[in-house]
Amino acid sequence: MDLSRFKPATVYTIYIASTPEKVWQALTTAEFSRKYFFGNPVDIELRVGGAFIVRTPDGALHISGEVFECDPPRKLTHTFNVNWPALSETLGPTLVSYEIEQAGQAVKLTMTESHDRPLDDDILSGGRQGWPAILSSLKSLLETGEPLTVQMAPPQRMLDALKRLGIGTP
Amino acid sequence: MRKPEFVYVTYIETTPEKLWEALTDADFTERYWFSARLKSDWKVGSSFEMLRGDGTVSDAGKVVEYDRPRRLAYTFVNISDKYKNDRPALATFVLEPFGKLVKLTLTHEGFAEGSKFFDGISKGWPAILSSLKSTLETGKPLEIPFEALKFED
Repeated sequence: MDLSRFKPATVYTIYIASTPEKVWQALTTAEFSRKYFFGNPVDIELRVGGAFIVRTPDGALHISGEVFECDPPRKLTHTFNVNWPALSETLGPTLVSYEIEQAGQAVKLTMTESHDRPLDDDILSGGRQGWPAILSSLKSLLETGEPLTVQMAPPQRMLDALKRLGIGTP
Repeated sequence: MRKPEFVYVTYIETTPEKLWEALTDADFTERYWFSARLKSDWKVGSSFEMLRGDGTVSDAGKVVEYDRPRRLAYTFVNISDKYKNDRPALATFVLEPFGKLVKLTLTHEGFAEGSKFFDGISKGWPAILSSLKSTLETGKPLEIPFEALKFED
């Protein structure tokens, strides 16, 4: 896969009172992800070509991908394909990249969601709804020991857009 | 080409009243906002200024909306020469109760063509609002040096 074809569609930056190592651990372990990522455990093989899997709290496959960059604790890039029929076939793969940088006593975490084709704002609204909640909760978890309880409604605008494209959702 | 617009959403474990106070009280903003003190009587149409630690004005504009504790909007632009081709752009804060949290949405829009100020605010807001969230949730602002934001020249 040619990463240079992917263009950033959504960028979210958040600063956290933590260390790069702890932020890396939070992004790559199920123990942490369950707490801040709507109960979903992450399972990632930390090597280029390794598998990236996110399951739902009841263990069903939710998101899958492949690792393209793995430079702990600085950079992690993997595909992030939600397991809905025809989604990736129609919209192409989703690429997610995290950059972790020291910024004084804080850590700057930048998440970039990229796509290899232009997608409209309706489709992108799903990620734009989810990322701020997930990463706000990750920050709270690392700073206070407790995640946020974010009762997120379904991403209706995106679901409606997928329906118009004939893409089935659960 | 699409007009530049900056949108940032964050979820904070606090109340709308406390968040409102944090966004409008100079003693509070000084703690998390790179030492900036906001100066205004907060009447719609009144002047709005950001003061540096030494009391000099860094940014100036006008109050556009003040609907406590739901919506706050003001225009501002940095008054240094670097941004002489810029004009005041509109920053709107929307505070929504969200379960035990508050969802804060900032939209900053209305920048001049080829705005340099847009680069500045796009790098500044994530640091300021992250530090605001830390201050409300832990009592401690973040220690981020201004240089770490890496503004364009």
